[in-house]
Amino acid sequence: MVNQERRLLPGAGSVMKHRDARRLSLILLFMPLALWIVLLILLPHIGMGILSLREKIGPRQYEFGLANYIAFFQEPIYWHIMARTAVISLLVTVLALIVGFPVSYYIAKIAGPRTRGAMFMFCLIPLWVSDLIRAFGWILLLRETGVISGILQWTGLASAPVELLYNDAAVVVGLVYTVMLFMIVPLTSTLDGMDDAMIEAGYNLGGNGLTVLRRIIIPYAMPGIVSGSIIVFMLTAGSYLTPVLLGGKYSSWFTQTIYDQFITRYNWESGAAFGFLLLFFTSFVVWIGLKLSGQSLSSTVARS
Amino acid sequence: MTTPTAPDLKCSGVCKNFGPVQAVADISFEIPSGTFFSILGPSGCGKTTLMRMIAGFEEPSAGDIFIKGRSVLNVPPNRRNVKMVFQHLALFPMMNVFENIAYGLRCIGTDRDEIARKVQDVLNRVALPDVGEREIHQLSGGQKQRIAIARCMVLDPDVLLLDEPLGALDLKLREAMKIELKLLQNQFDTTFVYITHDQSEALVMSDRVAVMNDGRFEQIGTPQELYHRPQTAFVAGFVGDSNRWSGKVTGTRGAEVTLETEGGTVVRSRPGDGTKVATGDAVELFVRPEFIELVHRTPRQKRTGLSGKVDNLLFNGANSRALVRLATGDLVEVDVTLTGGTDDVKPGEEVSLSWSTKNAVCFPARAAS
Repeated sequence: MVNQERRLLPGAGSVMKHRDARRLSLILLFMPLALWIVLLILLPHIGMGILSLREKIGPRQYEFGLANYIAFFQEPIYWHIMARTAVISLLVTVLALIVGFPVSYYIAKIAGPRTRGAMFMFCLIPLWVSDLIRAFGWILLLRETGVISGILQWTGLASAPVELLYNDAAVVVGLVYTVMLFMIVPLTSTLDGMDDAMIEAGYNLGGNGLTVLRRIIIPYAMPGIVSGSIIVFMLTAGSYLTPVLLGGKYSSWFTQTIYDQFITRYNWESGAAFGFLLLFFTSFVVWIGLKLSGQSLSSTVARS
Repeated sequence: MTTPTAPDLKCSGVCKNFGPVQAVADISFEIPSGTFFSILGPSGCGKTTLMRMIAGFEEPSAGDIFIKGRSVLNVPPNRRNVKMVFQHLALFPMMNVFENIAYGLRCIGTDRDEIARKVQDVLNRVALPDVGEREIHQLSGGQKQRIAIARCMVLDPDVLLLDEPLGALDLKLREAMKIELKLLQNQFDTTFVYITHDQSEALVMSDRVAVMNDGRFEQIGTPQELYHRPQTAFVAGFVGDSNRWSGKVTGTRGAEVTLETEGGTVVRSRPGDGTKVATGDAVELFVRPEFIELVHRTPRQKRTGLSGKVDNLLFNGANSRALVRLATGDLVEVDVTLTGGTDDVKPGEEVSLSWSTKNAVCFPARAAS
């Protein structure tokens, strides 16, 4: 029967071959992504998940249980640090939005095409330098013998060297600077897609500048705002270098606690559990943010 | 209040320069209350700039604009009672239909019950009473159009500006919307200023039309006046279809001008209103295809008019055309009726063409063109 059909349709064999080739090329193209997801995201997380659920009951003796998670909630210092990290991250996100929105608006709506490219470049250039170098840049500015302290003394505003490093403000400033671009890019692309006529219509129908901003521009830019905020919040809460370098050893950032568990105390089980707690917690904050702004993950992150 | 006789919109000597480029050059006009006024011109003629100045998005470089007799020169766009329907409508996609219409009322601080009443009222008037809760993307093209108009009309503007709002619609819908816009204008009894490059839109809907070219108004008049009594070569060529020839005047007799086209055809015509031509002048001649009479020529017939041969037939139902090649080589477009019977002209046939002198209009050729 099959043979007969083959004979009846002379092109069938080559069609089949052609289809196989297409399927193969599709699989090959998809492979890097699949490997990346499975090997670098899925597998480590499964491993960490299993690790975090192992209770140490004696030297080299483990049992399945939730003790590592329970330890987190029983020790106030841990969840204090977590809450602190979350609050400062939210503050950084809000500041990045406040600073980034006018910049994005200028790039997308006011600047001419040439200025636009130049401004985008200026936002990008800091990214060419590593996080570490940028943090040291801030240290040069803020430390006791640094530039700002020097200027303050020279102008007579301060009589002795001023230490501006190793406090929360330094951490916030450094983080806002580091993550700014990730707020500007999605915001600019959203605002760029907005028809200028919509803003003009807002004025034409009787709105003043504030009304147009509040009722038209911000609601329109909401997907970009939310998507930028999610990225910035996640990056900030998960950052390690900037808080350590600008906040000092005791800046109490949650990633530092995780690092301590893994490296200093060599307690991988507890570190893995903390890692998951941070993931759950930040995901939870993002979820609340999405609910409050009435956006969905697909409408925001997929857009940018 | 100002005097009731003040026109809804008046421009006097309005100019707009963008650097060295003059987009709008010394335009003055008045629009009486309740008129459907169109500004017709090719793209880049400055009509959008003119409209943006009326709406307040651009400041005129010179001249003054009056709305209901009051100068609006230093009034920001949100304080002018001139509303605008944008080319792509610019409905707010993040609001539903009700919110879109209510936006303007909220801006002027109308209370909630009043807003609900007014929005429902205007939705009834545009014959879409039940769409208030719908999202913008759920509306059809024609419905969006009506919501965009309703959004402006709910504010009871002195003048409604429309910037080629039919451009994005497909042909069938555009034809339907033309009639609908005219009816809506009658119903609201508001002055509409309609900007378009499509002469059929302007002719069908307007009470008065201004033809704009190169930043200037060439002629203002009723559609009939523009069509039958054009005052400039540009209007004659831009409004409606025309056969157009360049030629030289060979003689004048009273109001009649004899001229010879570049191809060598000798034609009698009249000079356009307000223009003068003398023997030897270079002129442009315009004859509309529907004013040309086409007669089959038989060898016995006495020769009248211009003789030629049918080159091609362009069949388009009631708007069919014949392309006739004259003996001198000039090509003429002629409206013909093709009934499918044996009387129809056929390609290759010898025909003679004639028209009344008053339907052949000539203008002095512009030195520049």
